[in-house]
Amino acid sequence: MQYEAVIGLEVHVQVKTATKMFCGCKNEYGAEVNTQVCPVCLGLPGALPTPNEHAIVKTIAAGLMLGCEIAPICKFDRKHYFYPDMPKNYQITQYDLPLCLRGGVILEKYAFPKDVQKEDFATAQKVIRLVRIHLEEDVAKSFHFEEQSGIDFNRAGTPLMEIVSEADLSSAEEAFAYLTTLRQIMVYGGISDADMEKGQMRCDVNISVRPVGQKEFGTKTEIKNLNSISGVRRALQYEIPRQIEVVSKGGSIRQETRRWDDASGQTIIMRVKENAHDYRYFPEPDLLPVRTDQGLKAEAEKLIPELPRQKKERFMKDFGLSDYQAEVLAQERALADYYDEAVKGSSHGAAIANYIINDFLATGPDLNQLPIPASHFRELAELVGGNKINSKQAKEVLAEMFNSHRAPALIVAEKGLEQVTDTAQLETFCDEAIAANEKSVADYRSGKTGAINALKGFVMKKTKGQANPAVIDEILRKKLS
Amino acid sequence: MSLPLHRESIASLRRKLTAGEITSQDIVQDLLQRIASVDPKVKGYLRVDAEKALAQAAKTDLKKPLGGIPIAIKDNINEKDEACTCGSQILKGYQAPYDATVTRKLKEAGAILLGRTNMDEFAMGSSTEHSSYQKTANPWKLDHIPGGSSGGSAAVVASDQAIASLGSDTGGSIRQPAALCGCVGLKPTYGRVSRYGLVAFASSLDQIGPFSKTVEDSALLLQAIAGQDVMENTSRPVPVPDYRAALNQPVRGLRIGIPKEYFAEGIDPEVNAALKKSMDWFADQGAELKEVSLPHTHAAVAVYYIIATAEASANLARFDGVRYGHRTQTLGDPLTIYRKSRAEGFGPEVKRRIILGTYVLSSGYYDAYYNQAQKVRQLLRRDFTNAFQNCDLLLTPTSPTPAFKAGEKMSDPLQMYLADICTIAVNLAEVCGISIPCGFSSEQLPIGLQLIGPHFQESSLFRAAHHYEQAHDWYLHRPNL
Repeated sequence: MQYEAVIGLEVHVQVKTATKMFCGCKNEYGAEVNTQVCPVCLGLPGALPTPNEHAIVKTIAAGLMLGCEIAPICKFDRKHYFYPDMPKNYQITQYDLPLCLRGGVILEKYAFPKDVQKEDFATAQKVIRLVRIHLEEDVAKSFHFEEQSGIDFNRAGTPLMEIVSEADLSSAEEAFAYLTTLRQIMVYGGISDADMEKGQMRCDVNISVRPVGQKEFGTKTEIKNLNSISGVRRALQYEIPRQIEVVSKGGSIRQETRRWDDASGQTIIMRVKENAHDYRYFPEPDLLPVRTDQGLKAEAEKLIPELPRQKKERFMKDFGLSDYQAEVLAQERALADYYDEAVKGSSHGAAIANYIINDFLATGPDLNQLPIPASHFRELAELVGGNKINSKQAKEVLAEMFNSHRAPALIVAEKGLEQVTDTAQLETFCDEAIAANEKSVADYRSGKTGAINALKGFVMKKTKGQANPAVIDEILRKKLS
Repeated sequence: MSLPLHRESIASLRRKLTAGEITSQDIVQDLLQRIASVDPKVKGYLRVDAEKALAQAAKTDLKKPLGGIPIAIKDNINEKDEACTCGSQILKGYQAPYDATVTRKLKEAGAILLGRTNMDEFAMGSSTEHSSYQKTANPWKLDHIPGGSSGGSAAVVASDQAIASLGSDTGGSIRQPAALCGCVGLKPTYGRVSRYGLVAFASSLDQIGPFSKTVEDSALLLQAIAGQDVMENTSRPVPVPDYRAALNQPVRGLRIGIPKEYFAEGIDPEVNAALKKSMDWFADQGAELKEVSLPHTHAAVAVYYIIATAEASANLARFDGVRYGHRTQTLGDPLTIYRKSRAEGFGPEVKRRIILGTYVLSSGYYDAYYNQAQKVRQLLRRDFTNAFQNCDLLLTPTSPTPAFKAGEKMSDPLQMYLADICTIAVNLAEVCGISIPCGFSSEQLPIGLQLIGPHFQESSLFRAAHHYEQAHDWYLHRPNL
C-alpha cells in the first residue's frame, strides 16, 4: 500500500519592534539576563498591559503580504496555564478573533532545497493555505543548571505572531520550501529578522500519515525543538518513514509530542498527549479592543514592500534579465535592493546582473554588509558599454575591484587599461596589418571571411590589447572592401 | 474652641496650612498620637511609618493642592518601597518596586502617605474579617464589622486616624464600609481613575476611590487622582472637570430616580426610614423625585460572582511562589511549588473564589456561566442607561442593613455576598456612586445613602451629596473611642 504524509506547521515569529508587546521595555536580543524587564513584563502585582500598536500594524502587514483577511477589530484574550517561564501564569493572546484569517503561501521552485529543484513537485507552484495569524506575547526563557533552574525574563513580552497552516503539506521538502518562503516574506517586509538560531522564528510540526486515497487523517504526532529549516526537513525525513513503517506493519501511532534530536538524527518521544489542556480562554479585561480599519490597516499597507515574485517579474521586464538572473537577485531583499541601486539610471541591466551574480557572488560576500558600493558595477558596465574597455579588461578590473574596493574608473586609469580609440592611430595599424599579411588579405577577399581574425590579432598586438575589437573590425572591413 | 487637627477635613486643614496657622508636622504629630491611642481598638492600620510621614511633612510644599495632608492607603495599592500585602499571607514580605499611578499622583499633589490600611484578603469580602493579619473593628461599635473590603480605610477615617484615605471598590468595597462606618466613600466611573498599580481583583470592575469626612474632600481627592493614564488601557480620555466648582450648584431641578427594586424586602426598617427622610428633604429642596425601575437588579449578585471570580482566578494566578511573595519550604518540581505555595498563602475565601472562577471559565461551562453572565451584564447596563434618560441621579440605600456583628456571617458566604446587593450593579454598569451618612440606627450605627450617577457624572453626585450633607449634621458625629 502507498502512504502519504499530511503535515501542518505552526510557526512563531517574533515581531521586530523597538519595544515589547505590552510595556516599554526594549525588544532586543542578546542583552544581559533580566535587564530588559519592568513590572509589566515581570507580571508584578498591579502592573497592567498597554498594547504596542506597531506590533499590531506589522502583524497586519504580514497578513496582507500573505493574502489574509484582516479582522476589523483587534481583541486579546487570556490563555491560562501554569509554567515558570510565564510571569502571569496566563498568556495574553488572541483566541476567537485572530488579526489575520486565511491567506496562503505559494511554494516557488527556488524555495525548495537545491537538490530537488528540478523535481515536478518543486515546479508545481503549490499553494499552502493558512488558517490564521494571531498576535501574542512571548514567554521568558528557562535555563536549567545542575540542581536549579533560572529564568531570563528579557524575552517575556516580546511580540510574537503565530502563523498556523492548514495540513496542506505532504513532504519534508514542501515544509522546507514553506518555511523558506515565510522567512523570506518576514524579512522582506521588515516584520522580523526571523533568525531561527536566535529563536526569532520557531516551528512546531504536526504530522500524520494515511493510505493514499483515504480521506480521514491518521493520528498525528507533534515535533518540537526544531532550530533550523533544514532541521525541519531532516526531522520529517525521519518521522514520515517511521510512521509509515509502524502503520504498514499494522501498528498504530500514538498521539504524542516528540523532540527532534539533530545529533542522533531521530525524533524522540517527550510526552504522550492525554486529554486536551483546558486553557480557559476569556477576553482580556485589561485591554480595550482596537479598531484596525481606522488607520492601522492603512499604516500596514504602507509597510508592504515589493515582494520577491513581483521583483523578479520587474527585473525581467525592465532590465531584460533571464529567469535565472532575476530569481537569484530577487531572493534576498538585501541583494535585490543592491541590484536596484546598481542599475539605477543605467541601460546595462543585464551586464550588471552578470557581474553581480557570476563574479561578485562567487566571492561569497556577506549579503547584509556588501563591501563594494553598488554604483561600481554600474560604472564598470558604462565603461564597457561605452567602449572604454573591453570585456576581457572588465574581468581584470573586477578582480582589482574585489581586492581593493576601489572604483573601476580609477583602476582603469591606474592600470592604463583605457582602450585605444584614436581612429587615426588604429587606421595606421590596420594599414600595416594589410601590408604585412598578404595571404590573409587574399583569403578574405576570396570569401574566407574568417581570415580577418589574423589581421585583427595583428592590430590588437600593436595596441597591446587595448583596442576595441569591434572598431578594428569595422576599419579593416572598410579598407578591404 | 477649635477642633483637634485629626478631626478636621482636608479643606479646612489646607486653609489653616496656607494661612500659616499650623504646619504639616502638627497634623502628622496629632494623627500619630491619635493612632497610638485609638488604633489598638480599631485595628484599621496594617502599618504606619511615623518617621517617613514626618520626613515627608518636613518637606511639604504648601503650593500643591494636597500639600501637607496625610492620607492612608489601602494595602492593595502599590507604593514604592512599601509592603503591599493585600491582606494576604502570600504577599508577606513583598516590597513594591514601583508606585501605582494614584500613589504617584498623590505624591505629586503634595500629600503625605501615612500608612497602609487593613482589608479583606485580595479585596474579597464585605467585613474585613477575611484579612489574614487582623480584624478591624467598626469604630462605632467595636464588636461590629466595619464593612469591607476597604474596612481599614473606612475605619481610620471614621475614627479620625487619617484625614482621608484611598480604597478600591469592585462590588461595593468603598461605599459599603463608608456607609457602615459613617463617612463619605466614592466609587468613580470605571475608567475615571487609573488602576495601574492596584493589585487586581476583578479587572473589569475594580476602581480606586477616596474615603473622606466631607463631600468636598471627596471632590478634592478625585481631582487629584482622576484622568487618563498611558499606563492603563481602560482609563478613558474624558476631560476631568473642576469637581469643587460643582459643589455649589443648586439641588433644585435635579431629577432623582428612586429604583423600586432597591426598596424591596430585605431592607432594614431603620435604613428604610432614614432613606425616606432623605428623599423628603430632596423633594423639599425642589428636586424632582420619580420612581424608576432597574428590572434586572435581581440578577446582579449572580452575574457579579461569575464575572468577578472568573477574572480573579486569572489575576491571582501570578501568585505562585516563583518570583515574589510566599514560597513553600517544600522542595519539588514547579507544580509542587505552585500547589504548596498557594495552599499555604491563600485564605479560604480567596480559594473559594479562585475555584469558582476557574469553574465558570472551564470548557463546557463557559457558555452557561461566563458568557451568559456577560449578556446579563449588558442588560444591567442598559437598565441604567434607560433610567438615566429620565433622571440625573438615582438614590438608594448603600447597604440593606447597618453594620453586623463580627463573626455573624463568616460561616455563610451567601449571606456575606448579599451585603453588597445595593452596590454591585453600579460596578457591573461601570457608572459612579457615592455613599454619604444619612442617619443612625437605634443602636447608634451609621446608615448610608447611595447616590448613583451616569458615566463620568461624578460632578452631579458631589452636587447633590454636598447639599444634603451641609443641610444635616450627620457628618459631624463621631464615635466615642
